[in-house]
Order: sequence, then C-alpha cells, then structure tokens
Amino acid sequence: MKAFDVLVVGAGIVGSAVARECALLGWRVGIVTGDGLSGSATAAGMGHLVVMDDSPAQLALTAYSRSLWHHLATHSPKSAEYERCGTIWIAADTEEIADAHAKCEMYVSLGIEARMLSAAELAQAEPNLRSGLAGGLLVPDDGVIYPPAAAAYFLDEATRLGAKLFPLRATAAGNGEVCLSDGTVLNSERIVLAIGADCKLLPALPIQERKGHLVITDRYPGFLRHQLVELGYLNSAHKFTDDSVAFNVQPRQTGQLLIGSSRQYGSASPEIEPAILSRMLDRAREYMPGLGDLSALRAWTGFRAATPDKLPLIGRATGLSDDSTLWLAAGFEGLGITNAPGAARLLVAVMTDQKTAIDATPYLPARLKQQESMACA
Amino acid sequence: MPETLSSQGVTVQINGKTFEVARGTSVAAALLLAGQPSRISVTGEPRTALCGMGICFECRAVVNGVQHQRTCQLVCEDGITVETNR
Amino acid sequence: MSAAIVTEVLVIGAGPAGIAAAAAAAEHGRKVIVLDDNRKPGGQIWREASSAKPSPVREKDSMKQRALERLRRSGAQLLAGRTVFSSSADGFVDALRENPANSEVERIQYGQLILATGARERFLPFPGWTLPGVFGAGGLQALVRAGYPVAGKRVVVAGTGPLLLAVAAHLAHDGATVSTVAEQAAFSKLATFTASLWRQPAKLVQGMRYRSTLRSTRYRTGCWVVEALASDGQTLSAVRLTDGNRTWTERCDLLACGYHLVPNTEIAELLGCAFEGSFVQVDEQQRTSIPNVFCVGEPTGIAGLDAALAQGEVAGLASAAKSTAALHGRVLKECAFAKRMERAFVLREELRSLAKQDTIVCRCEDVPFASLRGHTGWSEIKLQTRCGMGPCQGRVCGPAIDFLLGCKPASVRQPLYPVPLSALGSAPEPIPSVAFTQIEKL
Repeated sequence: MKAFDVLVVGAGIVGSAVARECALLGWRVGIVTGDGLSGSATAAGMGHLVVMDDSPAQLALTAYSRSLWHHLATHSPKSAEYERCGTIWIAADTEEIADAHAKCEMYVSLGIEARMLSAAELAQAEPNLRSGLAGGLLVPDDGVIYPPAAAAYFLDEATRLGAKLFPLRATAAGNGEVCLSDGTVLNSERIVLAIGADCKLLPALPIQERKGHLVITDRYPGFLRHQLVELGYLNSAHKFTDDSVAFNVQPRQTGQLLIGSSRQYGSASPEIEPAILSRMLDRAREYMPGLGDLSALRAWTGFRAATPDKLPLIGRATGLSDDSTLWLAAGFEGLGITNAPGAARLLVAVMTDQKTAIDATPYLPARLKQQESMACA
Repeated sequence: MPETLSSQGVTVQINGKTFEVARGTSVAAALLLAGQPSRISVTGEPRTALCGMGICFECRAVVNGVQHQRTCQLVCEDGITVETNR
Repeated sequence: MSAAIVTEVLVIGAGPAGIAAAAAAAEHGRKVIVLDDNRKPGGQIWREASSAKPSPVREKDSMKQRALERLRRSGAQLLAGRTVFSSSADGFVDALRENPANSEVERIQYGQLILATGARERFLPFPGWTLPGVFGAGGLQALVRAGYPVAGKRVVVAGTGPLLLAVAAHLAHDGATVSTVAEQAAFSKLATFTASLWRQPAKLVQGMRYRSTLRSTRYRTGCWVVEALASDGQTLSAVRLTDGNRTWTERCDLLACGYHLVPNTEIAELLGCAFEGSFVQVDEQQRTSIPNVFCVGEPTGIAGLDAALAQGEVAGLASAAKSTAALHGRVLKECAFAKRMERAFVLREELRSLAKQDTIVCRCEDVPFASLRGHTGWSEIKLQTRCGMGPCQGRVCGPAIDFLLGCKPASVRQPLYPVPLSALGSAPEPIPSVAFTQIEKL
C-alpha cells in the first residue's frame, strides 16, 4: 500500500501539468502514465496556443492559460519549440471582415492585443495566401508549441520535485484507490482523472470522441510565418453533428508546415479516412494554392475529448460520481494544449480551497447535472 | 567553357556551375561528380546519396527550383539546374 | 486524379520476383499490370547501367535479358516510375507518377495483388557514417550504375552479406581499387554456409567468379568498420577497421558499407497482412493472410535471386488459378538456403556498441544516439527525439534502432512515401464496383 496526497491518472499534457502543479505544493504525487503519450491527443494535436472566444468562459480560460504559457516558455526546453508566431484569422469576404472586426473589438476591450489587417497587409504578412482575400485579424501573442515535449517537460519537473511515475494502466479508480494493471493498489484521498476521451474509469463522463486529421510537410523555412485559421473555423468547431473541415495551418520551428483541420463525430477508428482528408487538404489549398506542391511527409489522426457544452471538466466529479475522492481534468476538446497550465492551476486552487485567478464555476463538473435538470424542467 | 566531366552528354547547372555529364546519368551521380553535397542536414552537415535506390532521402536536392527531390531517382535532362538543398 | 485503371492481377515491384509473377500470370491469360518506382524494370539486382557495359558476371546478364524478354512477350503491362503511396483493403492502390514538372496520381484497381517489393540495405550507425564518401554497399553500386565513375578510386567494402562480394566485383570491374572487403561474420559461420552450398553449386560458382575478379583485394572475415575518418572534417579519407583484437586505419576515397537486407513490407503492413517476425506470412502458393494478396521474394524472407524467381512463378500461376505443385520443391530448397544464409550473416554483438553518444542515428533529423536514452518504445522515441520523423519515415533508422535497442517501428500509415500534398488532396473518383468476370468486356 502506497499513500499519496494526490494520484493523477493520465500523463498527457493536462495530467502532466496537474502533476507538476501538485508537486510544486510539496505534495506526494503519484502519476499513473498508462501507455504514455501513444494514442493521446497530446501526441496527435497541433499545439496551437490560442485565445478562443466561443464563450466568455472559454475566452477567460484560454487567455489565462496563454499568459501562463508565456511565462513557462522561458523555462521550457528548446525541444518544446515554443514560438510566439501569432494567429491570423483569415477573412475571405466582407461578411467575414465584419466578424473579424467584432472579434477584434472584443479582444481589445479585454486587454488582449489584436489588430485588423487590410487585404494588402495580409498579403504582405503571408505572401503564399491566395489573392483576393478580404483581410485578417492578427492576434500577435498567440503561439505554437510541440506538445509531446511540453508534456515531457511538465512530467520531468514533477518527478524532479519528487513525484513517482507508474508506467502502468489504471484498471479502476475510486474511493481513494487506484488499481494498476499489475494488481498494485495505490492510495490517496485525491484522485485526478486526466484521461482525455477515455471514459473507461468513469463511464458516466459525458465525453464524446471527435476525430481529427493532420498532415505535416517537409521543411520549407519562410513559406509560412503565422498560424493561419479561416474565420469559418469557428463554424466548423461549433458544429455538433456533421463532419467539417477548415483551413488551419501552422508553421513549425523546423520550417515544416502542419496542416489541418477536420472534425468528425462517430468515427472511432484511428484509420486515415481519405475522403475527409482530401476535403481538408482541398480546403487548405483553396486558401494557399502553393501547398499542393509541398512534400507531405506524414498524415495521422487523433481524438478530441468533447463535452456537451464545449467547456472542459475541471474540479470534483460531483454529479457524475458520489465518490468524493474523484476529481476531473478532462474534456478539453481542441484546446487541451492551450488550457493545460490554466486548468492545472485552477484545479489545484479548487482542491485546496484557494482563491482562483479566474472564476472556476463554469468548468466545474457539477454544472452538467444542473444543465441536465434545467433541460428536463 | 563548361567543366567537362564526361565526353558526350547533357549540360547540367550544379550550384551555379555548368557541367557536362554522360546521357543517362542520375542527378545524384552528377552531384557526386561535381563534388557537391545534395543537401545540408538540419544541423548543418553536408550529405550525399547513401542508398542509391530512393529509400534514404539523403540525396534530396533542389531540381529546377523544386525542393526535396530525390536525385537518385531522376535522370539528368539537358539544361536542368540543381542546387544543394539547404 | 485520373480515372482508375482496372486489372485482374496487379504486381508491385518489377524485380526478378515481380517479373516472374507477372509473366506467369499473363502467360495464362490474365490481364496484368506491373508497377515499379524505378524507370526501368529489373529491381535492384538487375539495375541497368547508364552506359552499356556488361556486368562481370555474365550469366546474370543473360538471365536478366531472358526474364525481360519473357515479360515483354507475356503481354503484362509495365508501368514504371510509379511510387505506390497508399493501398486499400477495398482492392486498389494509389501510385504517384513523378516527374519534376508535375506529378499525377493513378488509382489501380485489382482482383489479385502480388507484392514483390524487394528489400533495402540495413544501415548501422557508426562514427563518421554521415560523411560524404560513405555509401551503402548496394548504394554505391547503384550510383555507379547511374553514372558515378569510380575508376581510380580506392574503396573499402564493408558490412555483411553475400552482396559485399558482388559489389566489390562490380566496383573492381569498373576500375576501382577495392583494397579490402570487411565481412563482419566470422569465418567459422561462413565456412558452414559455404560448405552447405554444395547443394546449390550454381551459387558457389557465382561466388568463385566474384573472387576471381578480386585477386588484389583482401577479403577479411570477422572484420568490421568502427569509424569513418575525414582529414578535412568534411569528406571521407580513411576508415578504422577492427577484427576484435586489433584496430587499424586504412586509407580510402569511398566506403561502401551495408549490413545485409531488410524487407520492404510497408504495403503489406498497411493492407493488414499477417507477419511472421519481420516477414510477410505466406502459404505454399505465396498467398498472404488476405486471400487475394500474394507476396513474393525478399518480403517473405531474405533468400536471394533464385528464391525470388521461384516464388514469383508460384504466385503468378496461383493468381491465374493454375497448379503450382511442381514448383513447391524448388521454393522449399531456396527457403532452406535463406535460413542458412540468415544464420551465417547474423550480426555480431560488438556492432551494437559502434554508435557513440554523439553519433547520428536518424540522418533525416540528425538525432544523436545519446538522445534516445531513457525512452522506451518506438512511439516515445519518435515523439520525444524526432527520430524517424523525417522523409525516409524511419526506413533507415528503424532497422538500426531495432538492432540497437530492440524496438520496432510502430504501424505504417499512408502516405507510404512523401508525396506532393496535392496527391493526397485530390478527391478520388468513385470506383464502380464491378465483378472481375465483367472486366474484359469493359
């Protein structure tokens, strides 16, 4: 029997960030790493550190987390490839320009730096975009990171501070115990499930897998300078049913280009699906025709962990389990990389009854029960 | 006058210099003849072809302006330009 | 994408195995297409020289001519210069037809598929192996055939496998001075293998022919390269060789170094064929675990030319629903040869310690050996060090890491080779589902 102040199940970027935050408190931390990053969204994801304004709660968490990344990046190793390259939201027509203006005003009013780019400024900023685009919104403090190395950095920090790694799968978790695949039982009054979309340990979790495809190219330094996302992306990301694609390209520090994005519900197989892959790449080439000639090295898929209200679950598992030892840091959909440091801080503050930097209520799992009862009423 | 590497053949521009190579010569072989690396590795080392059969990608160079071309799989056409992939 | 091409039998790879398979199937009335990524058929072993110079082993030339002539007469259609980058369990492959100006994707729908994808050299990292002047053994031979002259050059040939002598003979024939052939396998292991060759005297004769071309060459067994040296820091000038007791320096202009062969099994993996270790599992008709997919030659076991020809013949006949019983004895004999060869050229333990901490293991991404430490499994190594993330997709570093650390590359995905993004992005035309009895009427 081994006693810990906290047991973190899952060592993706969120679990690793939570483990590090707990270790910083001086807690005895155990991390059940399972299969490591293989199959995780951390291994598959893009690593775009971005302020998103789907909802006020999402905006608050992404802005908070992004500010934490700026600080973390000065300590993280070179392998984490942090780059404050900025995001440009591309407006294809005058209608989207209006959307961009509204977004810009809102960001600026909240103290988030953002500015409009005219068609000419956009073309100058990214010469490989097609001509005829209406303009864009530049968010200069957004960035990119290489998620597996960032997660490894968090985990290294945690272990440096005394956290213990258990490279085994958890077969059960609850009532102060985590059972490992070799029969070992670990004990703690706090168990944090940072299990992405894998709901086996808590089947009541209302998380759905949302599949995505990505393609990476060979090295073309200078071809792309900012992360570029079409404004229509928000429409794609918001949809709950249909498969959708959007133009979303990222410059890697290596000079490689990472090209997305697609969203699918109900496809559980990790296989590459040529139909949606080609739709995604055709969309990318509509915006950047020169992409077609670049050498594509690899394609892969991953699964986002989507909650019904598009917000993550950060806090005690109230409403999903009567077990008071269970805590959640899961359901980040496409924003797990961005939100990992903020979510870790919030969770630790909630666990220790400390004041939180931003209002934590919108992310508490208990909200799901309330939403459900309101829907029934 | 172009530097002559072989009697009859085709003319190839390699890193700005003109060479003549025998017809049928692969671009990778032409780079070796010219003593030029096909690419500079990500840490700055000069590299030349290794496997000769399209597997290793060490012979990638810029051919007629297109980057990352496997030169062992390409035959020198008259007048092509080849540059070290940097 | 152009419209789909439809064929009854599709052969991937136009080396000896693929040629035999395609010819056999076509001779029995099947519509056959053969794809190859090279511009000319023949595979690696029968790779054509850019200048017409006869090979030092004449039988091989005539064998090749006979095989190519048979292929031509059989009616099988050869589509050369095609790189297969995707295959689907639904019965088609996508191939890229490359030319520098533009590239085009072709979809080929098949009834029966014969994989004859051959093998590549195994490379092991050692200090200096990334220097210009260091090549694969088969690699240098291929480049010489592609027009790189070696006349007057001093060459060391090293590594392991029967290929070394053949390469040395070709280089000597082309005017190189091959000072040493360093075969890592111990003499005792080779002697057992050579003694067993009385069962197949033709192979022995071929080996002796090579030796006679190499009268001025030292053939050292139990000897391997520990380091490649550059006098100017940029280009090879000498190699350090060892026999385990003594280490010495030998001046050379070129090093041709390869550690036998590893099979090209990516398409079989993507299709989901069952494997036995590193090789594709086949029955006596060369059928894989997928009923309409056959596999022949090196992907089923590194067994050389004669096995490839016999297996190709079997799969070609089987795909045409003809009896293959008469050939089973020949295939079995060649497979036994493969087993003996595998034992003879097994890699020695000492080779595991050739790579130093700063030796580059992954040439695409320049990943040093030291950075692999502390990571377990291929996925973690790849994610955390970038090893295998470059354009060769782990084809070079994968087998090396398998030998050094005992972990195998994870599953393969399309694209099997880097392709222009447009090749992945073009929407595939829907393929009408047709029964194969109908095809001839189309």
